[in-house]
Amino acid sequence: MSGGVVIVGAAETDTLGRLPDHSTLMLHTEAARNAIADSGIDPRDIDGIAGVSAPGPLTVAHALGLEPRWMDTTSVGGTSFLTHVRHAVAALEAGQCSVVLITHGESGRSRVGAPRYAPDPASPVGQFEAPYGVTGPPSRFTLPFARFMKDTGTERRHLADVAVAQRKWASMNPRAKFRDPLTVDDVEASPWIAWPFHLLECCLVTDGGGALILTTADRARDLDVAPVRVLGTGEGYEGPGISMMEDMTSFKGFARSGAAAFASAGLGPKDIDHVMIYDAFAHLPLYGLEDLGFVGRGEAGEFVREGHTSPGGSLPVNTNGGGLSYTHTGMYGMFAVIESVRQLQGRAAAQVPDVRTSLVQGNGGMFAAGATLVLGAA
Amino acid sequence: MTSTISTARTTDATGTRSRRPVPTPTPDTEFYWTEAAAGRLVVRRCLDCDVAYFYPRDFCPGCLSTNVDWMPCSGRATLHTFVIEHRPGPGYEDDVPYVVAVVDLEEGPRMMTNIVGVDPDPDSLELDMPLTVVFERRGEIAVPMFEPATGAAR
Repeated sequence: MSGGVVIVGAAETDTLGRLPDHSTLMLHTEAARNAIADSGIDPRDIDGIAGVSAPGPLTVAHALGLEPRWMDTTSVGGTSFLTHVRHAVAALEAGQCSVVLITHGESGRSRVGAPRYAPDPASPVGQFEAPYGVTGPPSRFTLPFARFMKDTGTERRHLADVAVAQRKWASMNPRAKFRDPLTVDDVEASPWIAWPFHLLECCLVTDGGGALILTTADRARDLDVAPVRVLGTGEGYEGPGISMMEDMTSFKGFARSGAAAFASAGLGPKDIDHVMIYDAFAHLPLYGLEDLGFVGRGEAGEFVREGHTSPGGSLPVNTNGGGLSYTHTGMYGMFAVIESVRQLQGRAAAQVPDVRTSLVQGNGGMFAAGATLVLGAA
Repeated sequence: MTSTISTARTTDATGTRSRRPVPTPTPDTEFYWTEAAAGRLVVRRCLDCDVAYFYPRDFCPGCLSTNVDWMPCSGRATLHTFVIEHRPGPGYEDDVPYVVAVVDLEEGPRMMTNIVGVDPDPDSLELDMPLTVVFERRGEIAVPMFEPATGAAR
């Protein structure tokens, strides 16, 4: 298929934040209806659907009255939606389906109709991590960073610099949860969650949803939208437990996935105008900037501190405010993709001028799964 | 290998099991937990690769050989990375802040653990500092933990 695959719809739930009147399934279906409206596509034309295992795309498809002939239930945490895009590109190019809907909905704060999560005590993580008083992401996802600091010369305060840079973007975004200006001292005055991380270096926990609609470039010509081209994709993985990470200073889910996405797009870091890096915690953008090759090893902290990722900087990063200030339902990747689509369509809340290319880097689990999208304006 | 089994903190007056999470051993890990309950730390080793690995599997993750055995550990390790947890996990409510860490065993593999017998303060914890294994009893199970090698008296 010469024209490739494009994103023609990208939308969130009407509101994000605390939504106790929405079940998990309602968040999926509201986001899906908004994305369908955004694309202008006839819902009867949707013949492919993807989402994580709970409530699952079969349930979401039935609720929406869809009858798919292609389905992807890849569930690798917050990066899953980027993985779904990659898999949908392959399916659309192979002619297995013609229009794919990818949905996310998560009652992360209110837990309405939300699945319970606890590791099986017989699993590797249940036997060899859970016994040590780990509280989930706050004491596991953060664990590699002390090593990262020592081996790369990065300072603890660089985490605060990330939070401050992203708050600058959030302050321009009316939908962001946190918009008040923030200083490094404010961040450092917030309570410890797990040293070396303060509260304001950890993400929000919210309710919300988002959805994407993909089709072929040929099919998109009938639609009155500015399609966003999927130029390249990649995925990469490490183990289910944070203690299994081979190198605590570099994540294969960023490095390998990013390299694959750049290779398939025929582009490199210097060709990218805008970047989204999954930020459940403030160290992820530092790992991402280095693992993706935007800066050299040990340079990410100073790069952020000097303002290069902030409004007006040379490499705008996490321009919706990110998981730290915008929203974070638990599996944040969908919102990162939607922000990239909006930037490429020129309709973002904190719009960066002349964005022609955007890279979205997802994370799933805690440095367990990665997927990368390189997207381009029409 | 010498070791200490600590029971006071996690076994209540009636001797029933701790509120801290207790792993469920599987056929490929049962010997690890049996040895731990006796105060011994063991890891798997591939006899073809001559490489020790963690967590236990009955084949080598490097070459898939089943020519593997169990290797007694010296109990010596160094601190690879850590956090100081200020929000307690299950059973740790009375112990915040506490140290969650990954250590490098002298035999090569890395494992998650807690660092005990040390102030939970970044000034007391230096990466690569030497550590010694201790065990914390939780009912039938004993969980390996580590303390600073220089402060081994317990």
